[in-house]
Amino acid sequence: MKTAEQLQQIREHVQERLMARVARPDDFGLPEAKRSVMVCGGTGCTSSDSKAIIRALEQALAEHGLEQRVEVVRTGCFGLCELGPVVIVYPEGVFYNRVKASDVAEIVESHLKNGKVVNRLIYKESLDVNGLKPLSQVGFFRKQRRIALRNCGLIDPGKIDEYLAAGGYKALEKVLTSMTPQEVIDTVKKSGLRGRGGGGFPTGLKWELTARPQADQKYVICNADEGDPGAFMDRSILEGDPHSVLEAMAICGYAIGSNQGYIYVRAEYPIAVERLYTAIVQAREYGLLGKNLFGTGFDFDVEVRLGAGAFVCGEETALMNSIEGKRGMPRPKPPFPANEGLWGKPTVINNVETLANIPPIILNGAEWYNAIGTERSKGTKVFALGGKVVNTGLVEVPMGTTLREVIFEIGGGIPNGKKFKAVQTGGPSGGCLTEDHLDQPIDYDTLTALGSMMGSGGMIVMDETTCMVDVARFYLDFTRDESCGKCTPCRVGTKRLLELLEKITEGKGTMEDLDELERLSIQIKNTSLCGLGQTAPNPVLSTLRYFRDEYVAHVRDKKCPAGVCRSLLTFTIIPELCKGCGLCARRCPAEAISGQPRQPYAIDPNICIKCGLCLENCKFNAIVKG
Amino acid sequence: METFNITIDGKDVQVERGETVLEAARKIGITIPTLCHLKGVHEPSSCRVCVVEVGPKLIASCTLKAEPGMQIRTNTAKVREARRTVVELLLSDHKRECTSCVRSDNCRLQEVASLLNVRDIPYAGEHSKTTVDLSSPSIVRDAEKCILCGRCVSVCGNVQTVHAIGLSGRGFKTAVGPVYGRALGESVCVNCGQCVMACPVGALAERENIADVWRALADESKFVVVQTAPAIRVALGEEFGMGYGARVTGKMAAALRRLGFDRVFDTNFGADLTIMEEGTELIGRLSSGEKLPLMTSCCPGWVKFVEHNFPDLLGNLSTCKSPHEMEGAVIKSYLAGKLGLDPKSVVVVSIMPCTAKKFESGRDELSRDGLLDVDYVLTTRELARMIKEAGIDFKNLPDEEFDHPMGLGSGAGAIFGATGGVAEAALRTVYEFVSGRTLEKVDFEQVRGLEGIKRSEIELPGGRKVKTAVVHGLGNARRLMEMVRRGEADLDFIEVMACPGGCINGGGQPIVPESCRHDMDIRAVRAKAIYEEDAHLPIRQSHKNPYIKQLYEEFLGEPNGHLAHELLHTTYVERSRF
Repeated sequence: MKTAEQLQQIREHVQERLMARVARPDDFGLPEAKRSVMVCGGTGCTSSDSKAIIRALEQALAEHGLEQRVEVVRTGCFGLCELGPVVIVYPEGVFYNRVKASDVAEIVESHLKNGKVVNRLIYKESLDVNGLKPLSQVGFFRKQRRIALRNCGLIDPGKIDEYLAAGGYKALEKVLTSMTPQEVIDTVKKSGLRGRGGGGFPTGLKWELTARPQADQKYVICNADEGDPGAFMDRSILEGDPHSVLEAMAICGYAIGSNQGYIYVRAEYPIAVERLYTAIVQAREYGLLGKNLFGTGFDFDVEVRLGAGAFVCGEETALMNSIEGKRGMPRPKPPFPANEGLWGKPTVINNVETLANIPPIILNGAEWYNAIGTERSKGTKVFALGGKVVNTGLVEVPMGTTLREVIFEIGGGIPNGKKFKAVQTGGPSGGCLTEDHLDQPIDYDTLTALGSMMGSGGMIVMDETTCMVDVARFYLDFTRDESCGKCTPCRVGTKRLLELLEKITEGKGTMEDLDELERLSIQIKNTSLCGLGQTAPNPVLSTLRYFRDEYVAHVRDKKCPAGVCRSLLTFTIIPELCKGCGLCARRCPAEAISGQPRQPYAIDPNICIKCGLCLENCKFNAIVKG
Repeated sequence: METFNITIDGKDVQVERGETVLEAARKIGITIPTLCHLKGVHEPSSCRVCVVEVGPKLIASCTLKAEPGMQIRTNTAKVREARRTVVELLLSDHKRECTSCVRSDNCRLQEVASLLNVRDIPYAGEHSKTTVDLSSPSIVRDAEKCILCGRCVSVCGNVQTVHAIGLSGRGFKTAVGPVYGRALGESVCVNCGQCVMACPVGALAERENIADVWRALADESKFVVVQTAPAIRVALGEEFGMGYGARVTGKMAAALRRLGFDRVFDTNFGADLTIMEEGTELIGRLSSGEKLPLMTSCCPGWVKFVEHNFPDLLGNLSTCKSPHEMEGAVIKSYLAGKLGLDPKSVVVVSIMPCTAKKFESGRDELSRDGLLDVDYVLTTRELARMIKEAGIDFKNLPDEEFDHPMGLGSGAGAIFGATGGVAEAALRTVYEFVSGRTLEKVDFEQVRGLEGIKRSEIELPGGRKVKTAVVHGLGNARRLMEMVRRGEADLDFIEVMACPGGCINGGGQPIVPESCRHDMDIRAVRAKAIYEEDAHLPIRQSHKNPYIKQLYEEFLGEPNGHLAHELLHTTYVERSRF
């Protein structure tokens, strides 16, 4: 149990350590400088064995007698997961990428001991003709503004003192000691913060609606059941800054009159779970969770509940059923959780990223926050950038940033000289947008109007080699699989939609099927019980809307323009280019290729299984698919 | 009660707070179809057939609570297309062998499809494939007909607290079934059949024994005897359009005779016999103070429930066989002897309102020298099917009598079919046994009615009070058993019937069509008929049944005596918790 004064002392004491983690170009290259080596301990870098890098660093530093001068910090995610494992050395701000444990000896000897940067490991984008650019000027970081991710990569998430030094728990203190619950709600309302989990419901209003009913018990739930394929912002926040979520939950508890919080997190996030447990224990030790916080008489505690990984459990009512020990299936709404939530009690359920925004809003004020973003979408949004883009990873940008800025400036554009074709936002429930939309600002309402959605912030870039019918099929396969099976339209309807799409990708579709695809999609949206079913057809509708010609090509011409749908492909040997080497025939698993040496070979389309091995193996580019 | 108006299809409707849009619409004659909804029991709003338009949205009306000023539209192009699509989707994964389905004439899905003018099913996709689960002697599950409404799961888990079945899998692969993919016959299912009553389609049905019975009837070397439970006569008429609560005792006897049974007996006789045995047992336990409270054992669903969940209380169960088993045992011994028949040639068929009786009749404990006491059990529904198949004009049959000696039952036997009936019948006899005096009024109204757990104290002459509890529905039974286990119940005698309302609402009874359920509690209607039956009988106490007296005098000796124990009492086994 710590008093406010003791907390402040800890902050001041640790502050110095955090200050060392800021680039100070003046100290550049000084062998004697006190250095901090930040090693990413997020899931991505951990799975490419950043733990081994930390062990090697500690060992090498000891060998060179540098333990006192160089601090090794295992941080949360920096965002550039594509380049992991990532190591950043301060004060220079040198960004090493794809570091292996075997590189560590060189980094220690050359850089940390002798002040000589190891050029071969430096992230190329951070180099220009003048040498090293500050990280903030690197394309990937330049347009980002990190609020939710403010501490990810800066602090050691396993140490509450570092969170405190970064200003942690000041917002909770402020709220408990100088604000009324209504003032807290008003601040959040005025900030314009909307739910980051997908729905975009105004957070302050949700709190107000839950504060209103009289009840002997209320609950605060943090929804950390991140399920969109490719999205991992919630995981990164929990891994890199778990206390920010705990602090925000306590603030919410105070605002609505609740003293119990639950974090529902996927069991497949072991690092996040471990750090949450650590953070909760530390917060309880410091008296920041538990009884009588800051001596104000306000009690609040948090428990973790592990989800088994069903996508539908990200839906708030299904999530509450799961916490209650029931099968994770949604309940009809109304009643809404604000009135009848967990165990029938008024409940606020907020997503991780939403909560991570709360402490800075309280500390910096609503006006600070609502100055960022667009008219109806305030603040920043974290996106998980993936697919056919150079810099895949996690980015946080102000609302209103255009798709082009995110994909081409931050994301570095499309790799391998390919042409941009579409971007899918909003995860499996979102939609595909085209080149025409690249200059549209990203906010809730624009994306919805264009037939996609913000969702939890998945952003998957597609190039010309992507077949849009196949994309719709892929997402439907996912939602069909993840439907909980409760309501008819989602359970059976998504299956029938998928079957129609499969029929089309197999070249058996009719023009009537396209109409039926659209009709059934609308029916599923209109009649499904929960958000999963209500949005599941979005990928179909948006691709039908923007890429109808591709559907028509599949149906009428029996062609897949992107060359993806196997049933519609034919592999042909161009006689003029074929040297008759016979390699393709030897590789062909179906024995579909025949010919005489030094004469052009030929593929029998009736035997060909369209595996593409011949094309991959031909040294003379004599095989084409189409 | 707060009332206010809402508008449905342009008409104002006054509603009470808490009423749903579905109920409000019904008040003004608007029928909104439903499939999954079972008011108070199962309200998942999952089938989506009952959607209505509220503003721009379609919302399920079954759980949508009316709010002041609500504007609802129930008959728009959007609503009609949505409802039709939902039914088409359901039918696209439904085994559509409707003409030969056991629910062919009483299928809610068929009814709703017809109401919505569904004609073509536009989807040619995959069908869920499963094999029919024939593992249970009582209940057949055909998952290919299941529409996943979940009613059976709620009834089994929430009402009965048996939890034999649940949902597993996701999406299109979602399925209803016991844990770990087990078969029903290997589960904790107690065979009560309440799931069958809840099923809107033919996915759950009784295991039919009609063919077995026809075969026995056609076999000239067999002497085929039939007995009918007290609850049949107040429900069978429903199957022939004779309304709810009609008493068709005489027509039933006539129909059974026309079906070719060699003797037509009444299980009410077996019930009287049960009272003689169980009443004596109760008096014995009351005086010894041992193994109290005594718990009734007439209900095989309840017995299996205790075997699975409260094996520590098996000693409290009465050792009496259930009435039809007692009667079967006596038919194959006493009657066979009287008529000079080889017991092996005697076939006993019981017509029961119950699916659990099918399981019960196959229990090893209920046989003697390898001969089952009862050979086949048919439900009320199966009997109706046989009567129809035989071309009998049931409605216009004359009233006929049962055969004797086992066709005479007292009013006490008759009320065995309703919750509270066994307790009341026992009290009518025990009172007189203990006191030697005659009751002025045989009605013990305090044990009647539909309250879940009814407690009462009956003071016997001499000051001894019999503390009685009457329970129906296994959820209520579980609550009471947990109190008994904790020593908090303070009871002498507990009557339990597994089905809500008792046997009159058993899992083998006619299934009341959805459209008739709203304005009527079928349990109360049938119970009323049963008490009328009792009131009209000349003998209303078991021990006053002359044929019962004769049976003891000629054959059994004393109640609870040596032969009675051999023929009329049984044992139980401990079963797995899951």
